Amino acid sequence: MGVQESTKARDFMTLVIFTIVVLTAPLWAKLIGAGYPDLLQKFAIFGLFAIGYNILFGLTGYLSFGHAAFLGIGSYTTVWSFKLLSMNVVPAVIFAVLLSGLFAVAIGYLSLRRTGIYFSILTLAFAQMSYNLAYSVLTPITNGETGLRVLAEDPRVIDRAIGVEMQGVPLGDFFGITMTGYSAFYFCAVMLIFGFWLSLKIFRSPFGMKLVAIKSNQTRMEYTGFNTRPYLLAAFVISGMYAGLAGSMMAVTDPLAGAERMQWTASGEVVLMTILGGVGTLFGPILGAATIKYFENIFSAFNEQVLTRAFDFLPDALTHIMVTITSPFVGEGWHLTLGVLFMIIIIFIPGGLMEGIVRIGKMLRSRRSETKEESDEEDVENVEPETVVKGEA
Amino acid sequence: MSHILDIQNVNKTFGGLHALSEINLQIEEGTTHAIIGPNGAGKSTLLNCCIGRLVPDTGTVTFNGRNMIGMQPWDINHAGMVRVFQTPEIFPDLPLLQNVMIPALAKRDGTFKFNPLKSLVQENKIRDEAMQALADVGLDGFHHQHAGSISRGDKRRLELAMGLVQHPSLLLLDEPTAGMSRHDTNRTIDLLKQIKERGMTKVIIEHDMHVVFSLADKISVLAQGRIIASGTPDEIRGNPKVQEAYLGGAEL
Repeated sequence: MGVQESTKARDFMTLVIFTIVVLTAPLWAKLIGAGYPDLLQKFAIFGLFAIGYNILFGLTGYLSFGHAAFLGIGSYTTVWSFKLLSMNVVPAVIFAVLLSGLFAVAIGYLSLRRTGIYFSILTLAFAQMSYNLAYSVLTPITNGETGLRVLAEDPRVIDRAIGVEMQGVPLGDFFGITMTGYSAFYFCAVMLIFGFWLSLKIFRSPFGMKLVAIKSNQTRMEYTGFNTRPYLLAAFVISGMYAGLAGSMMAVTDPLAGAERMQWTASGEVVLMTILGGVGTLFGPILGAATIKYFENIFSAFNEQVLTRAFDFLPDALTHIMVTITSPFVGEGWHLTLGVLFMIIIIFIPGGLMEGIVRIGKMLRSRRSETKEESDEEDVENVEPETVVKGEA
Repeated sequence: MSHILDIQNVNKTFGGLHALSEINLQIEEGTTHAIIGPNGAGKSTLLNCCIGRLVPDTGTVTFNGRNMIGMQPWDINHAGMVRVFQTPEIFPDLPLLQNVMIPALAKRDGTFKFNPLKSLVQENKIRDEAMQALADVGLDGFHHQHAGSISRGDKRRLELAMGLVQHPSLLLLDEPTAGMSRHDTNRTIDLLKQIKERGMTKVIIEHDMHVVFSLADKISVLAQGRIIASGTPDEIRGNPKVQEAYLGGAEL
């Protein structure tokens, strides 16, 4: 049938464009001053974290405040795999995803006995418990405050067995490709593309539709013949595994793990990313993650000299005033900029950045239909919002 | 004659209020059984006891020979007893078509099925069933519209489609025509008459006597938590006790 074919074709095109945009990120990110591998890795890692979180929060509406726990579990597992088995990232990533999935089954099973705010508090309690345990009794596993790091004298049984020797500081490795700089970014990028593909599949599946129906009216689902708790648990575990994968990527790009990764602020951050970008949308969470990481890294690097240079064209007195006004918003104060942006978006476009982009797209489209004659120039403008969406991703 | 639903000695109290006392009610297979009664008589409470929303204090509810007391709502649904709610309980964030596809999927998939990699566009059979159910209630032209945006009367018809698509052996209808225009009410009556030909048993709670007397094979009258009369429409029409309790002596 025509409609079905076109839906499939559109999804395929979405995936192709997404892949191209992600893989060419080192080229276009230069234009916005983000063209260095550390930041691009962060875009991909937190994008992955937010995509997974969105499968729980965006589709089912269950607000978890404890997903950072899985981030931490993923990181610790990865570093332990580096220490005990091999610096190869493949077993490390597999173990990280499996173990975080296992923890998600346990935490999800208990937390999902409650709904609404009580569910959120339970997940928060579990995450804070993990965080405090990592600092105290679990020190032999987590190495407490110092953080867990890879050492030259670690056993690495598989590496030793096949005669791979480490020189200097050990780094993650993908069958000979060292995980640093752009090679690490491309490894994260492939994971991000895979994560996006899976999320797209879930969104378009009967399973995904049922999750949205649970968000819409959970009681009705039960009287319609569905036991909703296994559905919620499945969504919780999937999103926990995404978080574990993201945590694993953090350790792959920089082989150490610390307990602060599990703190509630990290759980809160992914909630902010998802809401900022657009809850329940495909691209929103990645967009939100990229925006927050961009602000964190770019705005925090601005200082008074940069501002003075930016306002140089004004008369001296005005430059001084402008620098005084804007300086609280940059450097250490980047949180203030982010806070203001967040408030503006939630108040004026509650659907997040994605809703804003959709609105701009509609506005441009209606303007084009009014002035069809000038279509040549307008077309260029019309393409823009789309590129921005995927561009930031 | 076989009883598809057998309610025995059901009691339910809320605090000091006897919402249901000593209810005995048998529904015969293939019939349309109406339950009428003034507001607060316990009609909705009785339905809630059947579908597992409430647990009666005493008594049994037997459906197709199986005890329904203490069963989960989804298991009762799969046993074949489906309820159409009084206040529309729909999925407002989803299009009409998906609202009906979900109960159709429940019928096929059971209480839980994990298929995140299957595409919804491949569910041709389920979509066809859902479109047919929407067509039955006259909503097929609006299947792309979001369920939250349609009128209250349309929501009731959507509810009905959601119940019908599961082909239940017993359909419990809680005031299916409340809030509908006369035109839509008559359409619903025609639709419910058609279902009867398909052999679906129905229990209808209804205030509109026009609906009750057009559809019911048997009527039970509930007042203050008790069944005060049961019988054919003609018997009920002529029963002075019913006229006094429910209709205040008005002519039916």
